[in-house]
Amino acid sequence: MSFLPKPKFRHPAIETNDLGFTHRDYEGAISTLCAGCGHDSISAAIIKAVYELSLPPHRIAKLSGIGCSSKTPTYFLGASHGFNSVHGRMPSVLTGANLANRDLIYLGVSGDGDSASIGLGQFAHSIRRGVNMVYIVENNGVYGLTKGQFSATSDKGSKNKRGVVNNDAPIDMVSMAIELGATFVGRSFSGDKTQLVPLIKAAIEHRGAAFIDCISPCVAFNNHEGSTKSFDYVRAHNAALNALDFITPRAPISTEYEPGSTEVVRLHDGSSIRLHKIDANHNVHDRAEAMSAIHRHKAAGEIVTGLLYIDEDPQDLHTNLGTIARPLNELNAPELSPSQALLDKMNAALR
Amino acid sequence: MPIQSVNDFVVRFANVNGSGSASANQLFARSIMRMGVPVSPRNIFPSNIQGLPTWYEVRISEAGHMGARGGSDLLVAMNPETWGEDVADIEPGGYIFYDSSRPVPKSAFRDDLTILGMPLTEICLKHYTDPRQRQLFKNIIYVGALAALLDIDLAEIEKLIGEQFRGKDKLIAPNLQALRLGYDYAKANFACPIGVHLKRANAVGDLIFLEGNDAAGLGAVYGGATVCAWYPITPSTSLAESFMAYCKRLRVDKETGKNKFAIVQAEDELSSIGMVIGAAWNGARAFTATSGPGISLMQEFFGLAYFAEIPAVVFDVQRGGPSTGIPTRTQQSDILLAAYASHGDTKHILLLPEDPYECFEFAAQAFDLADRFQTPVFVMLDLDIGSNHRMCKPLKWDDSRQLDRGKVMTAEDLEAGKEFGRYLDVDGDGIPYRTYPGTHPKRGAYFTRGTTKDRYARYTELAAPYIDNMERLLKKFDTAKKYVPGPVLRKASRKTDLGVIYFGSTSASMHEALDMLEKDGVHVDALRVRAFPFSAEVSDFIAAHDRVFVIEQNRDGQLRTLLMVECGIDPAQLTSIPHYGGTPITARFIRKAMSDAVNKATGAGRKETIG
Ligand SMILES: Cc1ncc(C[n+]2csc(CCOP(=O)(O)OP(=O)(O)O)c2C)c(N)n1
Ligand code: SF4
Ligand SMILES: [Mg+2]
Repeated sequence: MSFLPKPKFRHPAIETNDLGFTHRDYEGAISTLCAGCGHDSISAAIIKAVYELSLPPHRIAKLSGIGCSSKTPTYFLGASHGFNSVHGRMPSVLTGANLANRDLIYLGVSGDGDSASIGLGQFAHSIRRGVNMVYIVENNGVYGLTKGQFSATSDKGSKNKRGVVNNDAPIDMVSMAIELGATFVGRSFSGDKTQLVPLIKAAIEHRGAAFIDCISPCVAFNNHEGSTKSFDYVRAHNAALNALDFITPRAPISTEYEPGSTEVVRLHDGSSIRLHKIDANHNVHDRAEAMSAIHRHKAAGEIVTGLLYIDEDPQDLHTNLGTIARPLNELNAPELSPSQALLDKMNAALR
Repeated sequence: MPIQSVNDFVVRFANVNGSGSASANQLFARSIMRMGVPVSPRNIFPSNIQGLPTWYEVRISEAGHMGARGGSDLLVAMNPETWGEDVADIEPGGYIFYDSSRPVPKSAFRDDLTILGMPLTEICLKHYTDPRQRQLFKNIIYVGALAALLDIDLAEIEKLIGEQFRGKDKLIAPNLQALRLGYDYAKANFACPIGVHLKRANAVGDLIFLEGNDAAGLGAVYGGATVCAWYPITPSTSLAESFMAYCKRLRVDKETGKNKFAIVQAEDELSSIGMVIGAAWNGARAFTATSGPGISLMQEFFGLAYFAEIPAVVFDVQRGGPSTGIPTRTQQSDILLAAYASHGDTKHILLLPEDPYECFEFAAQAFDLADRFQTPVFVMLDLDIGSNHRMCKPLKWDDSRQLDRGKVMTAEDLEAGKEFGRYLDVDGDGIPYRTYPGTHPKRGAYFTRGTTKDRYARYTELAAPYIDNMERLLKKFDTAKKYVPGPVLRKASRKTDLGVIYFGSTSASMHEALDMLEKDGVHVDALRVRAFPFSAEVSDFIAAHDRVFVIEQNRDGQLRTLLMVECGIDPAQLTSIPHYGGTPITARFIRKAMSDAVNKATGAGRKETIG
């Protein structure tokens, strides 16, 4: 497989966002994933979210591990720096990048193998450190790239293509993220753009560790009967907790939303998200309630989606470390290297 | 006959860990340095856990020999548990100073030793009521006694105590009292001074006294490091902690109180190096400090950084391996591990400091090299220089020095339309240009990956661009030869066809051994390598000598292997002299090993070198 450049053609009357960028400016190379792969829909949702937020693409850094899901950063935001790191280690690389420059937006893309198996430790620790990032797991319950082995999120009792049953208990990354102190936790489904796009937008605006578990069927290895991550299975068992409508002061977007009780959630930068509660009892500010909703729906065979938990006033890693407001990568010799005079003093004290 | 020696002997303290002896022992060593007599102390700490034995060995050498000598002339026996082996280790005619509060049977001593018993515990019980004070002051009391026995200038110790407790003035008087207590007792009860003792000299000059890890941590500050990610492991921990302490002192913004640094204790070494790579990719100077086991864990990431061309500075404070090995002992056994770290064809820059001075210098330089070559740079310390105080030249910094950030395209470059290809060899030195993320709205973005790519960072699996890239990486490595610290030559006093190559902490003992050998009539040219890749001077040196010894502190002769492979040397030309028991190499060992090898090989045939 070689790089596939996309023919650049721009219609004069093409629609632009506040910054004058077109939708095309946020696209990447043509995907080489299987046609119909859920991951491609997530890429499309990311493009749409960033376009609608009118973010300059070069101010976003996209990082990933290894897997079909981790390949996707090539297929969106072509004008952003991207980093396809090593299997399961995206969180540490992203954390380091964030330490170097707190001004960029960090988008971490991973798979369920990448994050729930080999990278479970790094996933957990990046969340508990409160790294300001959007961490998306494109969860197909299978190792796509290595051709269909069970992953740690595969449900107990689910069957792979060859009919083998998985007997191990699944890891629920959403519950883990809540438990570990993520300040924004949501779950969605690659096929549900109306839910996913605003969720990603809200996650981007969130100034802390934002985690999204996005169920994303693998058409090659996990879209058969007996799989619990197939399109049909998820559509039939999806219990959306809330639909959210994201509003930033820069670019108000009106989306259709279902009537019902409405809750406006203020985000750190002054923007807000509106939650349409399907379950009027769900309080997105309550960790315990989020956990119990997950378990309740799980017991009923439902996958709860939507924004499950948010802390609108998160403390991120930089706050905890007390770093200066300027990005560390902008500092240079005069500010970083002390003088010979100081060294003389130190030398004197070392005699 | 008791040993008689002025300004040239070894004192060995046998202590119980956690008894507060460390600062008293250091006070002892420093006071000797203040008398103008060089010292090199070594901590031997089988474990950091309270209650276990530790030793502190102080070599006193007016001639300035800083290497370990082996054996001891005076044992300060404060740990009954290790008594047997400690006594056995004293040189014939040596001295033993011990706590005689409880009687020790005569059979526990040796006939040739001078026995100096002092009822330390009894004295403490009499003078102090608080158990903690009894313990702490016991240490100061024995320092006082040693001052009398060894003729150490009491005023120097008193001055040091004053400096140590500056700001906590309440503590000064009781410490001075304890010191006096010991001093007066010794004066009254022993014939002072004993056969080994001190005399004021002028052999210290402007030398300073610090640990290699401490110097490296300070070097990282001067070198402009802003991000440190690390995971605790002996003996590297104090390097990260030193960086932390210096940052708190030197890198806090005065106006805002905010930090111009970020230090993260990671969950493991994989994460440490991941953070370093992420930060360096994003334009910050970043490093980690670890030891062998950590380097092993980081392997996959080193391949990524090598191939994707991302700077990273790694301090490896080497300890004894393999596996958990002898974790509290010294070795130089990670050389091959670091030089070829990771799968696939990889090679990395190594810097090999000999003492704290070079730990500081190479630490700062490592960041320039990492940025210049966009690749991992390993600074290979070891436990011996890393976690022991050593005397060295005063640290130097050129205030006009700029950080060499290497080839980075700026927004202006991109705006001006300069061509950007991430892996394009524009200047013919194998080093491409990079951009930091977020530089320019339309130009200069690229995709970083560990998979193959063409010169424009586009994914490809074709052989030709892959080979093109791999060849360029070789060229880049070759360019590095001109930038890394060159080898240091020490020529024998007369022409010889014998050579010796050594590096790092072996240096001190090597110099002493060369002096001895020279006296024995064995003349050897010596080359200290200070970095990998090796410059032409190294292969020229080997070519210029019939036989070259390679002295190193590992079993397999790792530097020798590296020399053979990288300089294309006939194995027969390089004789390995390995030393790997975990104790630091000594001049005595080197002298014997080299003499034996020379004599065996030559019989009577090579008189010109044996003299
Ligand atoms: C250290 C290491 N071990 C194994 C692999 C092989 N490998 C590549 S991707 C992958 C699993 C990917 O699964 P997931 O993260 O769920 O991504 P998906 O392809 O399903 O999107 C594995 C095991 C690797 N690249 N590196
Ligand atoms: S194998 Fe599955 S996950 Fe991978 S690209 Fe194909 S459909 Fe997507
Ligand atoms: Mg998967």
